Amino acid sequence: MPSVSLTVNGRKVSAEVEQRTLLVQLLREKLGLTGTHVGCDTSQCGACVVHVDGTSIKSCTILAVQCEGTNVLTIEGLAQGDKLHPMQEAFREHHGLQCGFCTPGMVMSAVDLLKNNPKPSEREIREWLEGNICRCTGYHNIVKAIQAASQAGR
Amino acid sequence: MATMIGTSVKRREDAKFLTGRGNYTDDINRPGQVHAYIIRSPHAHATLASVKTDKAAKRPGVVAVLTGADTAADGIGGLPCGWLIHNKDGSPMVEPPHPPLAQGKVRHVGDPVAVVIAETYAQARDAAEHVEIDYKALPAVSDASKAIERGAPQLHDEAKGNLCYDWHLGDKAAVDAAFAKAAKVAKIDLINNRLIPNAMEPRAALGEFNRATGEYTLYTTSQNPHVIRLLMGAHVLHVAESKLRVIAPDVGGGFGSKIYHYAEEAIVTWAAAKVNRPVKWTAERSESFMSDAQGRDHATHGELALDKDGKFLALRVSTVANLGGYLSTFSTTIPTWLYATLLAGVYTTPVIYCEVKAVFTNTVPVDAYRGAGRPEASYLLERLVDIAANVCGLDRAEIRKRNFIPKTAFPYQTPVALQYDSGDYPGCLETAVKASDYAGYDKRRAASEKAGKLRGIGISTYIEACGIAPSAVVGSLGARAGLYEVGTVRVHPTGTISVLTGTHSHGQGHETTFAQVVADALGVPMESIEVVHGDTAMIPFGMGTYGSRSLAVGGSAILKAVDKIVAKSKKIAAHLLEAAEADIEFKDGVFSVAGTDRSKTLGEIALAAYVPHNYPIETVEPGLDETAFYDPKNFTFPAGTHICEVEVDPQTGVVTVEKFTAVDDVGRVINPMIVEGQVHGGVVQGIGQALYEGCVYDPKTGQLLTGSMMDYCMPRADNLPAFSVGHHTTLCTHNQLGVKGCGEVGAIGSPPAVMNAVVDALKPYGITHLDMPATPERVWRAIHSARQPRAAE
Ligand code: FES
Ligand code: FES
Repeated sequence: MPSVSLTVNGRKVSAEVEQRTLLVQLLREKLGLTGTHVGCDTSQCGACVVHVDGTSIKSCTILAVQCEGTNVLTIEGLAQGDKLHPMQEAFREHHGLQCGFCTPGMVMSAVDLLKNNPKPSEREIREWLEGNICRCTGYHNIVKAIQAASQAGR
Repeated sequence: MATMIGTSVKRREDAKFLTGRGNYTDDINRPGQVHAYIIRSPHAHATLASVKTDKAAKRPGVVAVLTGADTAADGIGGLPCGWLIHNKDGSPMVEPPHPPLAQGKVRHVGDPVAVVIAETYAQARDAAEHVEIDYKALPAVSDASKAIERGAPQLHDEAKGNLCYDWHLGDKAAVDAAFAKAAKVAKIDLINNRLIPNAMEPRAALGEFNRATGEYTLYTTSQNPHVIRLLMGAHVLHVAESKLRVIAPDVGGGFGSKIYHYAEEAIVTWAAAKVNRPVKWTAERSESFMSDAQGRDHATHGELALDKDGKFLALRVSTVANLGGYLSTFSTTIPTWLYATLLAGVYTTPVIYCEVKAVFTNTVPVDAYRGAGRPEASYLLERLVDIAANVCGLDRAEIRKRNFIPKTAFPYQTPVALQYDSGDYPGCLETAVKASDYAGYDKRRAASEKAGKLRGIGISTYIEACGIAPSAVVGSLGARAGLYEVGTVRVHPTGTISVLTGTHSHGQGHETTFAQVVADALGVPMESIEVVHGDTAMIPFGMGTYGSRSLAVGGSAILKAVDKIVAKSKKIAAHLLEAAEADIEFKDGVFSVAGTDRSKTLGEIALAAYVPHNYPIETVEPGLDETAFYDPKNFTFPAGTHICEVEVDPQTGVVTVEKFTAVDDVGRVINPMIVEGQVHGGVVQGIGQALYEGCVYDPKTGQLLTGSMMDYCMPRADNLPAFSVGHHTTLCTHNQLGVKGCGEVGAIGSPPAVMNAVVDALKPYGITHLDMPATPERVWRAIHSARQPRAAE
């Protein structure tokens, strides 16, 4: 079995994986980071979004071995200790989550949006979220949360 | 202390979900756990000539390969149906067996045939390739109307002509007489499209068996763990409830699809004992598409009789409902008691008759999906009312006003069995008309037209019945369960409180809302209250969450338990304060002797109750822990008005929702933020049904053509506008909180509002009806096969 070494949430890790092991499987099954979710098998839902080397990516659509030497950030690594990241705070403040299943992917995706486009329009937010499906919120409050996070200067 | 009721308290659930610390079923791993892969039929209809497992059993990592022969040998029962419906002639419906693993025949794509259990999921999946199954394909039928035709393929020997039941409700003779006298008749033929729920968390189940104690534990994605324990223990596995614990941890959305007892739950629990290791199964999304119960799927003919002024005289409805290949847990009640009873809507229609044929087809079983029967009723009725307005030459708001049940008419007995307790339908309409700037619509339409677009506006004034349900009533209608709810309020010695509820939260925010309710009732800080749900080992027998019942029924049970706590505390306080019990007053968490400054806090009472040194021990038991069961007196009747504006691009057929206004009467609102969130989500599922979602089976082969998120279109953020959500409240008269329920209103009110708007936009082409979903292709074809617009362009 090949092994892969990478940095996850600031911690160096290595693990034996099968060639076919996906990044999301490495995170959930080997590293116990179950905050990253799997909602589909066709790269549609975005429940699995993490950052690899600072860019949001669907972790169900990349092999673990492709991530050799990379720096991965998951939802578990976003807050600073007990202090929520402003995007997490904004989701809480604006009720941007219900069942919470799409939430980690939504938040990671939204953080990347504001990194690239700190002041997006409502339209731009909605288009950016095209790859993240939420079945609970109707997106209304997710969009509001991202707008608020953007206004708060992130 | 300020009341917590009506306050948008931020959710206490959120922190864990936002930091990735949720605990969903697939996040749970048990020591020694093995993994199950379910082999499912690729055929819609076939006999199973043979299932050979020996090769697969030898593959790396494989622990066991189990088939229907093994379940039969172990005496495993079939999945039960929870509601008995009777035919027009009084005979019972047909109930064919529903084995967890196929016995001799498969009846839909996805029907479970065998299970491979291995050390890893990948090994199980690989080994499944080596299970040799000899299917003899049979002709299949997926359309319910075709399935009842002569010569159609037959699914179950018991069900002649594939008919499960032929049911009716209402006074046929009176309806026919009213039609004979009608000045005008509005008619419609429509399809209520089949939907695939697609909660974002795929279903999962993890079974465990403890040889030492003989106890089974099942972790499962369920909205009602006690119901699963009852059905699985009593009917399928024959395990005593005392030896069966069902845990529904965090659940990632349900919308009805996680109510039912599914084969996989029984399979992993049974297999865990067989292989003596915990067995875990998690659905791949493609499995969800072919194994989660689906929703809707009606073909309906409706007729509304009117007098010359547009007053409704009678309604006649005939529906063919598709039940799929087997009876799912509550499937039989959806197109009957949750559908036909809502056909009065918010109108004074004096007589109504509805007949329903429920039919087996080679498709995934159909059961409740957000709204469940009620969206089918409101869609039919609200489309029919629009057509009636057309027939009578009346404005669509005006015809509704002429027929509304007046505000003064409550309690109002409908001709279809329900008695509405409260409501203000004209008030909802008026509020929505204002909020949506109905008056400014013509201007907006002109602007759209200038940009080469068609614009339409649609209204729906809907009602639903929820707060399910009075047990005696549903029992008389065939329910095989009671539909009360349970709540426990446990005051600990130091005054902190655990609230146990039989309902289950999978996004609704009960941990917050219920804590608000108890904090308000007991006058203690919310922080001292913990809400616990989802574990049969901790909570008395409750019925779970569906039909927007949690607060109306579950919240009422909790309040009843609170009342018991207060009553007992008064006795203890009287003793401690050396006063008569009648003189003890309770306010804001403090028991005091009327007219004095002598008092005890709830915390002091609790301590005395658990350390009963100075205590009325002769008359009062120690402890402060009360449980109450609450059986509702009636259903609750949320209602409202939704107004939708769409733009249609005549070049491409693309429909966009430009403006959506919802004004709902959900009774008293405890947490407005949460209620609005529920409405947003429901509205989007309704918009999804109207514009995007439709489950399609190949009519020849019964193959599921919309089997992935790439083929089945769910609404995404960029398909939608922001919404305007408001309330026009009347209180429920028969529960203490005055609440009615808010989980389903969005999905019930919105599809007709959207479709009435789409048809309005297409009016220049002479189009009077379009079936859902109004996809670009469907709209484009309708435009192109219609005559050219009357209005000069
Ligand atoms: S799991 Fe759905 S996109 Fe990755
Ligand atoms: S919060 Fe449930 S799927 Fe988004």
